[in-house]
Amino acid sequence: MYDVAIIGAGVVGSAIARELAKYQVNACVIERDEDVCCGTSKANSAIIHAGFDATPGTLKAKLNVKGNAMMDELSKELDIPFKRNGSLVVCTKDQDPSGLEKLLEKGKANGVPDLKILQRDELIKMEPNLAEDVTCALLAPTGGIVCPFHMTMAFAENAYTNGVEFFLNTEVKSIEKAPYGYTITVSKNPVGADALKGKSGDLSTIETKTIVNAAGVYADVFNNMVSNEKINIVARKGEYMLLDKTAGNHVSHTIFQLPSKMGKGVLVTPTVHGNLLVGPTAIDVDNKEAVNTTADGLDSLSATCSISVKNVPLRQVITSFAGLRAHEAKDDFIIREASDAEGFFNAAGIESPGLSSAPAIGVMVAEMVAAKLNLDKNPNFIGTRKGILNPNTLTMEERNQLIKEQPAYGNIICRCEMITEGEILDAIHRPLGARSLDGVKRRTRAGMGRCQAGFCSPRTMEILEREVPMSMYDITKNGGKSAFVVGLNKEI
Amino acid sequence: METKDLTCIGCPLGCSLVVTMENNEVTSVTGNTCPRGDAYARKEVTNPTRIVTSTVRVNGGSLPMVSCKTKEDIPKGKIFEVTEALKSITLEAPVHIGDVVLSNVAGTGVDVIATKNV
Amino acid sequence: MKNYDLVIVGGGPAGLAAAVSARDNGIESILIIERDKELGGILNQCIHNGFGLHTFKEELTGPEYASRFAKQVFERNIEYKLNTMVMDISGDKVVTAMNREDGMFEIQAKAIILAMGCRERSRGALNIPGYRPAGIYSAGTAQRLVNMEGYMPGKKVVILGSGDIGLIMARRMTLEGAKVQVVAELMPYSGGLKRNIVQCLDDFGIPLKLSHTVIDIEGKERVEAVTIAEVGPDRKPIPGSEIRYECDTLLLSCGLLPENELSRSAGVELSPITSGPIVNDSLETNVDGVFACGNVLHVHDLVDYVSQEAAVAGKNAAKYIKEGKDSSAKAVEIFPEGGVRYTVPKYVRPTEIEDKLTVRFRVGAVYKNCYIATYYDDTLINKRKRPVMAPGEMEQVILDKSKLAEFPDLNKITIRIEEA
Repeated sequence: MYDVAIIGAGVVGSAIARELAKYQVNACVIERDEDVCCGTSKANSAIIHAGFDATPGTLKAKLNVKGNAMMDELSKELDIPFKRNGSLVVCTKDQDPSGLEKLLEKGKANGVPDLKILQRDELIKMEPNLAEDVTCALLAPTGGIVCPFHMTMAFAENAYTNGVEFFLNTEVKSIEKAPYGYTITVSKNPVGADALKGKSGDLSTIETKTIVNAAGVYADVFNNMVSNEKINIVARKGEYMLLDKTAGNHVSHTIFQLPSKMGKGVLVTPTVHGNLLVGPTAIDVDNKEAVNTTADGLDSLSATCSISVKNVPLRQVITSFAGLRAHEAKDDFIIREASDAEGFFNAAGIESPGLSSAPAIGVMVAEMVAAKLNLDKNPNFIGTRKGILNPNTLTMEERNQLIKEQPAYGNIICRCEMITEGEILDAIHRPLGARSLDGVKRRTRAGMGRCQAGFCSPRTMEILEREVPMSMYDITKNGGKSAFVVGLNKEI
Repeated sequence: METKDLTCIGCPLGCSLVVTMENNEVTSVTGNTCPRGDAYARKEVTNPTRIVTSTVRVNGGSLPMVSCKTKEDIPKGKIFEVTEALKSITLEAPVHIGDVVLSNVAGTGVDVIATKNV
Repeated sequence: MKNYDLVIVGGGPAGLAAAVSARDNGIESILIIERDKELGGILNQCIHNGFGLHTFKEELTGPEYASRFAKQVFERNIEYKLNTMVMDISGDKVVTAMNREDGMFEIQAKAIILAMGCRERSRGALNIPGYRPAGIYSAGTAQRLVNMEGYMPGKKVVILGSGDIGLIMARRMTLEGAKVQVVAELMPYSGGLKRNIVQCLDDFGIPLKLSHTVIDIEGKERVEAVTIAEVGPDRKPIPGSEIRYECDTLLLSCGLLPENELSRSAGVELSPITSGPIVNDSLETNVDGVFACGNVLHVHDLVDYVSQEAAVAGKNAAKYIKEGKDSSAKAVEIFPEGGVRYTVPKYVRPTEIEDKLTVRFRVGAVYKNCYIATYYDDTLINKRKRPVMAPGEMEQVILDKSKLAEFPDLNKITIRIEEA
């Protein structure tokens, strides 16, 4: 019997799990995919918003600003790559600059510090590649960029290390009310060869006193299983293009466009790892699995990004991707206990600024659950976690000492990002370690560079086969049927 | 009289050849820039042959597979028989370039030899 | 810091031939640095035959061709390091490399030959819309899996791009039991060699659809289907021409990109056309004593030409190490025009070359019964008829030192394609 079962190991579920671990609690996280950070959390703008955008008084406004403020300490405690690069909302000459004033006022009301409006002459010194038509912009120095994978994994690993259980590849099929709380029926989904053969998952049940619903675009499905206070989550697709690191210095701030009649516009931003990111589109889709990019979407990004930034080197695109935001019609986060389902806590409708708000959502939900269950603080909680060592941060002497002790750090596996076998071994063997190529990629960046894993895939597969150990046929891109090889030569 | 269009593979030039045949006899070859083109065309329409390259498994080597080839051309129609015959073969390391992997493969009279040291 | 006269980055066909040539021209202190566990580079996974017709007058497979050059390296006791990645090259020719045994180390070289080869254009760089499931491989990655590891990446295959590796893999996958349904090529002509179209596609009845591209990839976990469509002259898909193929694998053979990240860090100037270094007649880059050859310089069609070019680089590097460089020698620029996309080298120093200089290039479209014309300033020097020229195959022009000497005030050389 668990005190609390969290559905979803995205950034929100993982942040809640970590905050709950600060209490004496028997908690688990149930995740459909084979790894943490596989849904909305992995495919977004990777921005820690300053918090001027949301309507004052909403949860979005409150939690964004609070979450943003928590990031400095969190990035130290949990070793999360994070940089306050500042953001600019730019206004072009055919737009009404009063739009910036309105944002400035909202930001002040939300408690965003140090906002100011700058004119072109000042802006161009900061960002020489702003489009010619940009006349002025709102600067938010507290805006930042983060690695959403590492942020989610940091929360999850730290929760795990402090005793929270994680059930991966485990899909919630149904939720029944029970005298003690809830019975959750789950299916353990097969991975690799079994999945390709069409084998269905093994069913089992999880008993829990309370549930936290952090299921992203599926949060409505689970809420609606137990509550008549229906939620409707619409999947809002956002498509992105990621550019090579050679383009990473094209801008230094996150450049937003002032929303206009033409739409919300797209952002152009450096990533915390030094790439350039352009996106997103915003199209509501019926299919909650529709993470496909479209020709129209990618074309529109190319056209729209030039409104704010000139000469974006789109020939340097190394990949494009799409994510789905969990949009709720009332346009605010739903974070509360369902009124007709005691002990069922929703963290639903967490669209932008969800990543920025996640740390604060974690605290808020953990406090709600702790109050409900009368949980005591956990005196043994360890609040720090070390990420995977980046050998590039070492001096040559330090690096050579490391290679002497662990020769794998002398063996480059990913030539584009210069990732060593040592880092991949760490990714596999650490808490909640990688079991797939995407798992390795999101933890180490092996395969995330300009050749997009063409070189390192076979090498990373060999390492997974040897180290986990696991069958080559069960090595997948990202779980389920995403196996890389289907048989031996001449035997398929 | 019938004609067949071929692309010469004798060299990277890839000349477009036209072979004219009468009663299964080649009467003329045009489009070639060298005698090899003429010879290729005559052979290709009467007795086409290919070198087949493949791999077989190796135990205890530096790699799990060793590459191999038919030492000489084999009839084009026997390509799949050759690969089928290689299916069951597993060698023991060390294997050297030129080692016979399978002699007289698929009754062609041609040996399959290793093309790599493993 | 260790010192070598010559450091060669890459132990593939280019690096090996360059090393042999440098040794044969008197350089004792040579180090080849190779990132893989054996010499030979990509040839080790190219198990098909067709290599070496020019060099050895016989048809060899890739591993056999590689082993012949490796043997020459062994016979000459040329030093090499395997499993070693070069991390950086500085403008003053300090090479930083790393492996398990030596850790990270620096080498001061008198000369460097860049021979890193190229990589394949990825799905991401092609910006193909659709899902991002497993089952999408660059042809070379699939080739490595099948030929070196013995694993099949899929059963029902669609191939985008008719580059040579794609064509070779169409046959290879077929022979190993997979069903290759179609090869789609964006351009109205194939980027691959004729013999490969004949022997890899025609032999097995695999259709080649020119002016077609992939417009959608279905399947969230593993590829389930791929849709291709015909493209117009603007290379945009023509509505109504879509064909959907159920498949589990999409192989991409859509061009090779010289791998010049290290060159860039050394300050080497790159050509926007070839993506390789801009070099003079000795295959030297703008950085003194840094030479380039093979696919890192420009993507070749035949490995024989790589070996030839690398031998030239090795010889010139040796000369540079022994004699230094006459910086006062006048350089004349070669202008590619009328269908000639680029030339390697780009600059010629008439006083420095040997009797003959081979200039290699590719054309931008298919030309039939046209001429390759060479001009010194405005004077036509040579006009050679070519029955067919295609972008997939390299062309060459030979410049004569004696002829160049007749033009002491030469300002430019022009190479262009002309009709009759």
